[in-house]
This record gives sequence, C-alpha cells and structure tokens, in this order.
Amino acid sequence: MTLTDRKTITIALTGNPNSGKTTIFNDLTGQRQHVGNYPGVTVELKEGRARCDASDVRIVDLPGTYSLTARTLDERVARDFIIKRRPDVVVDIVDASNIERNLYLATQLIELGVPLVLALNMSDVAKTAGIEFDLAKLSQLLGVPIVPTVGHKNQGTQDLLAAAAAMAEKRDSYQPVPAHFGAEIDSEIEKIDALVRRTRPDLLEEVPGRWLATRLLEGDQDLRRKIEADGILPTVDESTSHLERRLGDHPEIVMADRRYGFISGACQEAIRSTIEWRHNLSDQIDAILTHRVLGLPIFLALMYGVFEFTFTLGDPPMRWIELGTAWLGGVVSGWWPAGAANPLKSLLVDGIIGGVGGVIVFLPNILLLFLAIALLEDTGYMARGAFIMDRFMHRIGLHGKSFVPMLIGFGCSVPAIMATRTLESRRDRLTTMLVIPLISCGARLPIYALIIPAFFPGRWHGPMLWSIYVIGIAMAIVAAKFLRATLFRGPSTPFVMELPPYRMPPLRSVLTHMWQRGWLYVRKAGTIILAVSIIMWFITSYPKKYAPGSDVAVAETQREQTPASPAQPSGPAELSIQSEQLSYSIAGRVGHAIEPALKLMGFDWRIGTALIGAFAAKEVFVAQMGIVYSLGEVDQTSAALRDKLQATYSPLTGFCIMLFCLIGSPCMATVAITRSESGSWGWALLQWGGLTLLAFVVTTMVYQVGHLAGIGVG
Amino acid sequence: MDTDRMSLSMVQPGQKVRLVTVQAGRGLKARLAEMGLVPGVELEVINRNSAGPFIVAVKQSRIMLGRGMAHKIVVS
Repeated sequence: MTLTDRKTITIALTGNPNSGKTTIFNDLTGQRQHVGNYPGVTVELKEGRARCDASDVRIVDLPGTYSLTARTLDERVARDFIIKRRPDVVVDIVDASNIERNLYLATQLIELGVPLVLALNMSDVAKTAGIEFDLAKLSQLLGVPIVPTVGHKNQGTQDLLAAAAAMAEKRDSYQPVPAHFGAEIDSEIEKIDALVRRTRPDLLEEVPGRWLATRLLEGDQDLRRKIEADGILPTVDESTSHLERRLGDHPEIVMADRRYGFISGACQEAIRSTIEWRHNLSDQIDAILTHRVLGLPIFLALMYGVFEFTFTLGDPPMRWIELGTAWLGGVVSGWWPAGAANPLKSLLVDGIIGGVGGVIVFLPNILLLFLAIALLEDTGYMARGAFIMDRFMHRIGLHGKSFVPMLIGFGCSVPAIMATRTLESRRDRLTTMLVIPLISCGARLPIYALIIPAFFPGRWHGPMLWSIYVIGIAMAIVAAKFLRATLFRGPSTPFVMELPPYRMPPLRSVLTHMWQRGWLYVRKAGTIILAVSIIMWFITSYPKKYAPGSDVAVAETQREQTPASPAQPSGPAELSIQSEQLSYSIAGRVGHAIEPALKLMGFDWRIGTALIGAFAAKEVFVAQMGIVYSLGEVDQTSAALRDKLQATYSPLTGFCIMLFCLIGSPCMATVAITRSESGSWGWALLQWGGLTLLAFVVTTMVYQVGHLAGIGVG
Repeated sequence: MDTDRMSLSMVQPGQKVRLVTVQAGRGLKARLAEMGLVPGVELEVINRNSAGPFIVAVKQSRIMLGRGMAHKIVVS
C-alpha cells in the first residue's frame, strides 16, 4: 500500500433535527472540525475529518431536516449539497425511537439515488423499551446498510464509518430500491421522465430522471423555474390535474402518504412492539411546565434566570479581560521608548487593542448567554418556549420560532441574525432580521454603564437599565408589526413544530452548541471590528492639527512617555490638545457638520463624533467620549468622565443618548451579517437607514417633549 | 361513509382518531403530510389545554399544533 493509495472520501451527514446527528458528527470528528464555504450552497457548513483504515474521510454536517422538499432554507441547503457537491456517500442518522417519521427523509434519499447508509441512533433507549429491530430485514427492505449506534456514548460510530467507507468504495454498484407511488402516479412519472429525457437530457447528469419527474409532480418551484422554457411544464400541469381528480388530493400529498405507507409496511415486518414509552416522563414534566396557569410564569422566571446568570457570573471574567487588555496596551506602548508620537503605536494601542479589546471584553457575558440558550434548546425546553411565545408573537405577525433568535439578540445580533435560518417563511425571516438590532445587545452595556450612574441617583439605576431593555423590546414589537403590515404583508406561517421528549444532553454537545455561536462573535471582533477600528482610528486621528515635531506635538509625546494612570490624568494642557486634534479630524468635522441635527436631540458635536465611532462597534462610544473630553483613556467606570458628562448635559440628554444608541445605527458587523443572510445589500441598508431614521425621530420627539415639559432638564 | 367526521379540536385528550383530510392550502397540507399527518393515519390527542400547545401523537412522535390548526384537521 503506497501513499498514493490513500484517497479522500466525502461523507454527508443528514438526519432529522433531534436525531442526535450533531453528537455523532462530534464523535466522528472530535476536534478536527471547522466551518467551510461551499460554492453553490448558500450557507456555511461544518465539516470535519476522520480516519478510516487507509482512507481520509471528510465529513460534512448538513442541516437537520425532516425532508428534502426544499420548502425551507435548511432543506434547500441539504439538497443542494447532495446534488451539486456529490458526496461519495450520505449517512442518514435515524432516531430509533421515532423511526417511521425519521425514515421519511431516508425514502427521499433513496429516491434521489445517492449511496446511502443509515445509522439507527439511540438504539440503547429503544432496546430498554423492549423494541426489537430485525436490522437485516429492514436493511433488505430499504436496500441500504443499517448500523446501530448510540451517539451520546460514542458506540457504533466506528462501525458506521466503516460501513460508509465500504459503501463509498462500491458506490457505482449501488442500486436503490425503486420507489412506487401506485399505478396512476407511477405512470405519470414515467411519462414526464421520458419527456425530460428527450428535451433536457443534460439535467439527468445530476439527478435520476424519475426523481426529477417526481419532484415536478410535487410542484417543486425551483425545478419549474429551471425548465420553464422547455415545454415540459404543460405536461406536468396536465398530469398534476389529472391525478388530483383521480386521487382526490394533490399528488404531493398522496406521495407523502405513499412514502409513509411504504415505511409503515417495512417497519411492521422488521420491528416488534412499538410502545409509547419515551414520552411518559416528558409528559409528567410537561404537566407542570406547560401547565394552564403555571406555564407562562415558569417560562418568564426561566428567562429572568438566564439573564441573571449571564450578568452576575459574567462579571469577574469581564474584569480580568479588561485588565488584560490594559496590560497589553501598556506592553505595546512600551515598545516605543522615547519615540515621537508614532502613528503605528497609536494605531496598535488606541486603534486595534482599544477597539478589538472593547469587543472581546464582552465575550464571557455572551458565552454565558449562549450557554444558557444551548442548554434550554438541547434539553428540549425551547420547543415549549416557542409555543408559549407564539401566542404573543403571532399577534405582531411573527412566528413562535422567531423567539430564539431574539433571545440570542440580547447577546449579539450577529449570531441572532444567523439563527433566523430556522424560520420557514422568508417574510418572517426578513422581518425578524430587520428588528433584531432593536433588542439591546451586550455591546451597548458600557454605554448604559457610563450614562446611568452619571445622571441618575443610585436607586434609579436598576429601573433605568430595565426600562431601556423594555423599550428595546417594545420597539421591536412595534417595528415588527409595522413591517408585517406594510413591506412584508401576508398570511402568517402556521405553527407546526415537533415536540421532542425532554432529555439530558451530554455536556460536551451543549458546550459545542454554545461555542458555535460564540465563535461568530469572536470572529466578528477579529475581522470586521478590527478593520473598522483601524478606519475609525484613522478618521479620529487625522488630519492632525499639529504637525509632528512642533512644540505642541513634543509636549504630547512627553505626556505619553509618562505612563498614564487613571488616578492621575495627564495635565490639562496636553489633554486639551488631544481634544483639539479630535475636533480637527475627519470624525470631528463630521460631528460639527451634523450638529444642527444633533441639537434637535439635545446632542452636540462631541456626542456626534462618538456616535460615528460607535458605528464600528457600539462599545467604542465610551472610549470616544473619553477622547472628546480630553480625558485620555477611559472606560465606563471613569468617574472623571461621568462628572464631565453630568456637568455638560442634562439627564434628559443622557437618556436620549441611550435611546439613540438603542434604536439607531446598527453596528457594522450587524449590517454585514444582514447583507449576507438576506442575500442583498438592499435589506442591510434598509435596516441601517430605517433604524437610524427611527432613532432620530423618536429621540427628537422625546427630547423636545421632555424639554418643553421640563422633565429631566435639571 | 361520512358518519362521524369532526375537527381535531373537538377530540378529547386520550382519544384516538384517524385523519381524514386537512382543510388548508397545499403548502400546509404538504408540510403536515411530511411530518406524518397523512390521510388514514391514527392520531391521539395528548394535550389540548388552552394555555398550552395542542399536542397530537402521530406514530412515535409528538407534534405541536398552534393557532387553530386543530380546527382545520378533519378526523373520524
């Protein structure tokens, strides 16, 4: 066996949601996973590596789906991958305790003709319940190899890998069991198949003719568009109507029925004693958790608990990271001993470490939130939560499933917007994506932490923070309702969701689940925020009012030589130079230029400049305010900055700053992710423009009314 | 024989019925069919308290139906 004998096999992993697919993926690939881009596939997919005998195995984790009819984005992604990327073998993870429903996807894979191996997962639980599988018989009836596995104990996974490799080996000799839908439908399928063969034989290079014909009869929109010009559609439509008349229902429905009939028959022959065992404990738990009276309060208490958990536990690590970034800033500054006001140093310390550090600081907070959400999802509670929320979400035109993305939005909009992929209707998805920035994300916290203590007495702190969050939620509701009544008008999606039984997920899979989202936040920091921090640094540093080498610049250098400490801020003269520089820079000039508009909201050019910085990432607002007020490096705990604010502005303005930051100008990362998830710049710009305009209008109204009424002008 | 057709929403918890048809658009019907709700399949109502989801057992899985969908499902 020489090195050239080793080849790479590509395995695509499919399965229902809740079938344990992710656990098996983790079992097989361990740490060797990453996220990859595939041309022709609209989302990124997780892939990993494994080794089986002499072969390298690449495993791609497709989204969990109930079928391949491509009604939802996930289904489309799974199907596109299988057809366009041609994996050597597809492994379908089947939940043994819900086998008939799980096999629906398998039948569609068989129809597609791809080399297939089934994993009968959770087979331990089935065994304990006394269900017996005659795997040989079932395998024969379905025409595919079946391997029993227990994902969460990592049993059977190596056998599965071996079976998949073996199937990949002899993929050319795989003959799928032919699918039959009854005489009437079968004859129409043959008719259309023959027609496609004559007119578009090129299509048959990718997929079997029968499959194509089946999909056309089922009414697949994508396929119909593809063959619009070929004169096949009239025949398809004719067949469809004919079948509808003969069978009493659209062929799509009848075919689903026939598939289940086939599955049922196979299961009756190969499986003994299917009892309703797995739901008993779940039912008992549900009796309380979805209790007529207790259900909603329990849910709200859990949500409150999640936030408590996030904020209190997240605090110590946040402090450490703050200290860490400050230390790093000090170290890097030290690389330039007595040098001039070096642009590179400034770029590294103020721009990059300051900018990116400001975002990383929130990582503990956000990870904890995602951990809590992952736990709720993996135990199965979220499905109940989605139902409980659906009653309210429905009234604003959204689906209960929009609830989880919005919850994630309290951490960071980026993973939240990505989480909208689970929404089936594009309208629901776009509406949710556009309003998610209204939910107060973690990045805005330092702004509130700066402003609230600066303007409001101690006992008001809690309620004020609370009120900002509530306003955010309220605005999201109003905006959603508005969008659904105008731009995204249409019937709301019916609520149909599987209710998984409660289970205790392995800690490892919960952590992986958490990290999948947390990683997006880190990546946002590493890429977009890094890039925009550099730009922001530039526009707040240049053009320089005082050329390097002039007396003033030297004085500034001397200031920088002595390590600045918060307790002893640099002398007033040197700091005011910094402030002048800012005023002279691009950002400063823009701030001055838009001052008339800012005044309407009770702001001035300084706040305007800081807001411009906040476009990079909301966290940057505080640092910018520090510079603008000549206070050197500050964070939200700086008493000096607080005093300065209190002296310069009224509580009303303080409140308006928070309001504007809450509603308006979603950060660069949010805009970027909206563009990529929605597929066009149009929606991203609408989101940014609409929210900023809304923020301006609302803040102006609040300020003007407050001013007139003399509230908080103190 | 059209004897005892009724909507699923009328069925008491614990009762077992058979699905006859779904009175809805094609998309929804197909979606439900994919999840196992095909004509002739046996359903058992698990929960129908108004504050919780309408839960119906279809083979070995449980499906939550919201917002009056149970009204649209005709059973006997």
